[in-house]
Amino acid sequence: MSVLHIVNKSPFERNSLDACLRLAQADSAILLIEDGIYAAQQGTAVSDRVAAAMAKYQIYALSPDLQARGISEDRLIDGIKTVDYDGFVQLACDFDKSQSWL
Amino acid sequence: MASKRFLYMNRKAPHGSVYALESLEVVLIGAAFEQDVSLAFVDDGVYQLLLNQDTAALGSKNFSPTFKALGDYDISKIYVEAESLEARGLTRDDLMPLTWEDEDDDWAEKDSIHIVSSEALAEIIEQQDVLLNF
Repeated sequence: MSVLHIVNKSPFERNSLDACLRLAQADSAILLIEDGIYAAQQGTAVSDRVAAAMAKYQIYALSPDLQARGISEDRLIDGIKTVDYDGFVQLACDFDKSQSWL
Repeated sequence: MASKRFLYMNRKAPHGSVYALESLEVVLIGAAFEQDVSLAFVDDGVYQLLLNQDTAALGSKNFSPTFKALGDYDISKIYVEAESLEARGLTRDDLMPLTWEDEDDDWAEKDSIHIVSSEALAEIIEQQDVLLNF
């Protein structure tokens, strides 16, 4: 199995997501948490980039962080899956290692 | 003492760091001193005003309903940069309604949120005496 990439920074404030998309191999998974979840929303300045990345990666967003920030799940880019904390733990177990793009 | 024009510039998303909460606390404390206060929400700061924030699952304080108290302190100038909303796929309808009661005029509840262009906001910044950044 490959790498679980975790992004916790807003794509509008930091380049963590860009670094992740540049350096993650195909078939990796990307988990958006904390301010990283803003990248999961439709219709933003980065949503085309994220939607294009869906061809290469499985992308997840952490639902408690979506709820805290008022981002409704029905406004996420098609194909992005949500996970709760248990799902986060499961992902961490399913992959050999994780890479946090701080 | 003549009142000064204070602008609080908010550019950080609400729950990833402590900036947003700290700013709101400073604004509410400062409001007691009866200065001319404006708030600006720019870049990820616009996320602070989103409706339906629920931090229960995070176990952290949800301070977003506190923005509604601003009207009670006669803070009626809340400027949101249109370009920042647009880049985030957001519109005014995504923001919480914030109002104040106009005691000097008709006692009506009036909208505190003003969506402004970058150009207009630049002019507002220019007019201030004190600029505080969060």
